[in-house]
Amino acid sequence: MRKIGKQEIEDIAVGAALLGTGGGGDPYIGKLMALQAVEEHGPITLLSIDEVPDDALVVASGGMGAPTVLVEKIPSGHEISQTFKALEKYIGKEVFATYPIEAGGINSMLPLALAAQLGLPVIDADGMGRAFPELQMTTFYLDGISATPMVLADEKGNVTIMDTIDNAWTERIARSVTVQKGGAATSAIYPMSGKNLKDSGIHDILSLEEQIGRAIRLSKEANLDPVQEVLKLTNGFELFAGKVVDVHRKTEGGWALGTAHIEGLREYKGQTVELRFQNEHLLAKSGERLLCVTPDLIAVVDSETGLPITTEGLRYGARVVVIGMPCHPKWRTEKGIQTVGPRYFRYDTDYVPVEELVGKGSVAK
Amino acid sequence: MTYRIGIDVGGTHTDAVLLDKDYQVLAQTKCSTTEDVSSGIYAAMREVIALSGVPREQITYAMLGTTHCTNAIVERKHLNEIAVIRIGAPATLAIKPLVGVPDDLRGHLGKRVYIVAGGHEFDGREIVKLDEARLYAIAGEIKGKVDSVAVTSVFSPVSKEHELRAAEIFRDVLGDDVPISLSYEIGSVGLLERENATILNAAIVNVAKSTALGFLSALKAEQVEARVFFGQNDGTLMSIEYAMKYPILTIGCGPTNSIRGASYLSGLENALVVDVGGTTTDIGVLVNSFPRESSLAVEIGGARTNFRMPDLISIGLGGGTIVRVQADGQFSVGPDSVGYRLPQKGLAFGGDTLTTTDVVIALGKANLGDAQKVAHLDRTLLEQVYSRMVEMVEEAIDKMKTSSEPVPVILVGGGSILLPDTLKGASQIIRPENSGVANAIGAAIAQISGQIDRVFSLDEKGRAETLEQAKSIAVEEAIAAGADPATVEIVEFEDIPLAYLGNATRIRVKAAGTLAGVLQTSDSN
Repeated sequence: MRKIGKQEIEDIAVGAALLGTGGGGDPYIGKLMALQAVEEHGPITLLSIDEVPDDALVVASGGMGAPTVLVEKIPSGHEISQTFKALEKYIGKEVFATYPIEAGGINSMLPLALAAQLGLPVIDADGMGRAFPELQMTTFYLDGISATPMVLADEKGNVTIMDTIDNAWTERIARSVTVQKGGAATSAIYPMSGKNLKDSGIHDILSLEEQIGRAIRLSKEANLDPVQEVLKLTNGFELFAGKVVDVHRKTEGGWALGTAHIEGLREYKGQTVELRFQNEHLLAKSGERLLCVTPDLIAVVDSETGLPITTEGLRYGARVVVIGMPCHPKWRTEKGIQTVGPRYFRYDTDYVPVEELVGKGSVAK
Repeated sequence: MTYRIGIDVGGTHTDAVLLDKDYQVLAQTKCSTTEDVSSGIYAAMREVIALSGVPREQITYAMLGTTHCTNAIVERKHLNEIAVIRIGAPATLAIKPLVGVPDDLRGHLGKRVYIVAGGHEFDGREIVKLDEARLYAIAGEIKGKVDSVAVTSVFSPVSKEHELRAAEIFRDVLGDDVPISLSYEIGSVGLLERENATILNAAIVNVAKSTALGFLSALKAEQVEARVFFGQNDGTLMSIEYAMKYPILTIGCGPTNSIRGASYLSGLENALVVDVGGTTTDIGVLVNSFPRESSLAVEIGGARTNFRMPDLISIGLGGGTIVRVQADGQFSVGPDSVGYRLPQKGLAFGGDTLTTTDVVIALGKANLGDAQKVAHLDRTLLEQVYSRMVEMVEEAIDKMKTSSEPVPVILVGGGSILLPDTLKGASQIIRPENSGVANAIGAAIAQISGQIDRVFSLDEKGRAETLEQAKSIAVEEAIAAGADPATVEIVEFEDIPLAYLGNATRIRVKAAGTLAGVLQTSDSN
């Protein structure tokens, strides 16, 4: 158990954006919510997964809806206690702690704000170890854990409980409810036992985010290369360094689809890398040679500052380093690859672990 | 014949030009920017009038691009006592006003902060009813204690109703002398950024008022009865009355003026503009005669706003940039500069500092100063320094381009003599006449605009009709601001469907036209 204050929040926001692999949206609102909550209620308690009783009720908290709405109609902060109350009444058990559903964007920061406000602990675990765009893309789903009962609340006090037959229905109903609530709502999702989270979640993710954020911040002061520091922490590989020379985007079925081309600099001069994204960066290749593909993580960072660049922030002329990081082993199973592998995203290629692609053999862990 | 004056305040120089009705430059001058800014403006104005010799009563317009407001915010000086009103409770309480703004600014501006029930949804529904009783109570509380009030309501870019009602209540209690800044007039969707901009605006209304009235009386003292306009950050003008209400919109007008001036002088509508000053080189992009706007949030004095500022890249290379050479032949270029002291400090002018200007003089690429004084420098080394300078600019040009295709590059600013006639990435290099005062010309020729940025529901009218409606609102706003209806065109249009929200779309339109009254006296344009 340890306490999290303002500096930790700043660092977690940077680390979460890096593991968010370009997706998850701008964490700015979530970060400010967490900062204000800590200012008003004091530091947050962070629990490691071992400190959570097996039979405790734990639940993820986050936001749902259109980013455009969220930046205008900021939550009141009271929504989450209402979702927890409703959930407790429905399940008949008290919520012990909350945890983030994913790394990246607002959903990595909201649980911190909510925990500070409610005086609940946050658990150092999540359900992705990175960011993905769909409800079922969690390691919980791989183990057959349902996203529901799920609760959606708005700032007015309206609370909706959903108990659905599958995730497609959850997604469909949650969407219409959210629009009626004004386009954005706060959610409590994937309620489960401490044991389930221990077995099916990804451990120590907030600590990793914090370490990444801190390394990037401190490397500036110590004159170290921030990219190398990040690679050490994530067992990652530098895939490429270069300059963004073109970016194509389109919106299709609610997805931000796109391709970016990066022209090599330094030892990569003369080569070009193609980056494909759908909300997150999902595939990187040089000519026909695959460099890294989902569910392994692809992050694009500013070559000077080491700060992660979102898919929306990719633009011509940016000097970037592309890094590849092995995903959690849970994603490398048959069901994991089916759920979030390249073919699910309609890329015509098989999954090959990044360490094999870069010819570095297998990584430890 | 009628004439107009354009004045632009820069970090080093305050430039003024006097144009005739066909935009021909009759006189130009550069004065030093003074600490109080105003006396530099008055000096430049008097000098350019005297130089031109035109009859004073025929000077009908004066356009001013000034840094008064930026300085007030950055230096935290002369800021007003304000009240900050947010309408949005119970939503938005999770991030209160000014969270995330630097502490010193928050200390100045965060003394009276209120969050009141009200606000709208993205589709124009009320979140809850506006709490008018609370607004009356607040008005009573702040009466006599504040110079101005900032009001921001949730989704006011969709419905301004609650902000307008709040303004009525405050006027009712506080009287007409306390200016009320309403966020829907200032920014677009993005509550915190729009609120910060509105708060900053309220904080500088007095600075703007004294600047505006001071300029008017300085003109009067010269027997000039011109209509006065202020330059905005989007390259268009606003009336003095509007500038006193919404001074925050003047922030960032300097680089915009120079980009617009470069466009006018070169006759190009799409190009890169490289403005080389004494200390920095600013590179902007001209798209259809207007500066390309930055897609990133812009911080003013450390506060995040959602202003559309020109997308600029600034590098530490100017005419006064210091070049340091070590014993082993290693050298560095900048980033510091002797700035406006170049004529005293530069080697070629008898000074003791090697500057970039000395380098081009020694290489015979510029004819000024005394080349003898730099003749002793090692030519090979100078060539190396020169290539580094050129590379710095080429790299910056490359960052600003949107594709790898070469584009025309317009060189302006006093320091543009540093640069050669070919640059990597440039299809051609244009050095327009009078390019030293492109910024003041940009101020003088600016247009009048109107714009909207709002979320529309398409359920009622359908897509095509809604887009037309949005365009006509922008056109009406431009005309209301003083544009000649015959010249108003849509200069920017963006339509972003909000996938998640079903049938809603965010539309941003800007319309601009020539200042009404110019056409009647001019047969050009």
